[in-house]
Amino acid sequence: MSPLVKIENLCKSFGNSDVLKDISLEIKKGEVMCIIGPSGSGKTTLARCINFLETCDSGKITVGNDLIGFKELNGKIIPLNETKTSKQRRNIGMVFQKFNLFSHLNALENITIGPTKVLGTDVKESIDEAKDLLKRVGLEEKCYSYPSQLSGGQQQRVAIARALAMKPILMLFDEPTSALDPETVGEVLEVMKELANGGMTMIIVTHEMGFAKEVADKVVMMDHGQIVEIGSAEKIFSNATNPRTKAFLEMML
Amino acid sequence: MGNLNLDIPFFFEYLFNPPDILLYGVWLTISIAFVAQTLGVIGGLFVALLRMSQRWWLRELGKLYIWIFRGVPLLVQLVIVYTGVAAAGLYKYPDIVIGPFTLSGPMQAAILALSLHEAAYMAEIFRAAISSIDRGQFDAARAVGMSPFTAMRWIILPQAIRIVIPPLGNEFTLMIKGTSLLAIIGIRELFGTIQQLNAATFRTFELFVIAAIWYLILITIMGFIQKHVEAYYSKHELPAEQNFKKKYKSRNLLSNNR
Ligand SMILES: Nc1ncnc2c1ncn2[C@@H]1O[C@H](COP(=O)(O)OP(=O)(O)OP(=O)(O)O)[C@@H](O)[C@H]1O
Ligand SMILES: [Mg+2]
Repeated sequence: MSPLVKIENLCKSFGNSDVLKDISLEIKKGEVMCIIGPSGSGKTTLARCINFLETCDSGKITVGNDLIGFKELNGKIIPLNETKTSKQRRNIGMVFQKFNLFSHLNALENITIGPTKVLGTDVKESIDEAKDLLKRVGLEEKCYSYPSQLSGGQQQRVAIARALAMKPILMLFDEPTSALDPETVGEVLEVMKELANGGMTMIIVTHEMGFAKEVADKVVMMDHGQIVEIGSAEKIFSNATNPRTKAFLEMML
Repeated sequence: MGNLNLDIPFFFEYLFNPPDILLYGVWLTISIAFVAQTLGVIGGLFVALLRMSQRWWLRELGKLYIWIFRGVPLLVQLVIVYTGVAAAGLYKYPDIVIGPFTLSGPMQAAILALSLHEAAYMAEIFRAAISSIDRGQFDAARAVGMSPFTAMRWIILPQAIRIVIPPLGNEFTLMIKGTSLLAIIGIRELFGTIQQLNAATFRTFELFVIAAIWYLILITIMGFIQKHVEAYYSKHELPAEQNFKKKYKSRNLLSNNR
């Protein structure tokens, strides 16, 4: 089976600091990949490149049938305009560290705005779907609450529901629990676990090692913009070979 | 005090039993201010978007616009747009007939000049409002697949408009006062009408105190409406509104300096 996500020789720099250096990765459909690594190693940048919130300098990212941000024409690679790239993003859900719920909309509207304004879904239909999604993340009674009236954990669960409403083929998570109070981390991880068990393909940047160990099919260790080590959760957490991985894990545990 | 020349009955007569032309003048003041403010808001949004464009030359164009229309006094702009243009033979405003209404040349020039001027101020307000919205809002909009236009329309603008409400109230107050300059191109709004009555009666003090009272009434009503609108929206304030208020409290943007 060909991989769902294929990243080839991705490079990215900000000014003269190289943030991603020749990253190559493959993720199969239904796989859960956790990306770990010290602060500043380029994890967020990698996640943002995958849905083209950040433009890479060189390399190729394919998600499903889409060459992200570009198209091939007669063997040449041409950049797509914003309207075209935004079409590609419909298939890729993203959950941010700081939730980024639309602050002028309530929970329900946060979820319906994507389907109605982007996909043109019927309003009534999308409201029903949104209510189902809110139920799935355990927040059916918070339909009409605004983000400022929700706890961090609740906001993040709404954010996950918002991403799911677009029926993505891939979900990106950038440290979804790092901005949460310890007591609400669990409820978000629970929702993510269920999503993983349901067969969603997920790329998760996380510092939650216990969670990674439990759900990840593959763990990627990044440092200084490079992939230091990649393998099954079992291999990385129990038999890491690279000294940098070992040192990082020791520090985290 | 031997020369005291006050006609108290005249004053009260004009205050409590205003002639129709005076009421018409008040009505004209309100409607010109309203139309020009509305056009100024639309134009201001457009200039703000120019000002924040990705392309440097559009940004420069926006900057140039704001520089000119904020820098030149409104009175000078008015005279150029109406009298000057006609005197130079550049353009003559034809009467525009819309149903039962006729929009005279001076009226067109007045609305044009006020709107262009106001757009420059609104542009800076919109720019400040949009830049106080967290970048994460835009990221999230893009991440659900919104095009830049859709994100602007459904995520950024609704928030920007809420942020802009308090300064907009101030702008409208300034606009009402600004219409008094229109008398120079012969428009009989409140101030122009008072001038006209003055020419016939020479009761300058009484009439201009009456004008002052009318302006105060209009501005007080405006303030009252604004207070209620703001109270409505303050029930749950957006993070961007808080940012904006923090940033611009100490600056002139919200104050009445002009
Ligand atoms: N927009 C930007 N402009 C300039 N430099 C940036 C930008 N975004 C990230 N960087 C730099 O790129 C490097 C990698 O950042 P990135 O956010 O991807 O790291 P990270 O692995 O997600 O770190 P953390 O664990 O702290 O979130 C950092 O050195 C950061 O300072
Ligand atoms: Mg990060």
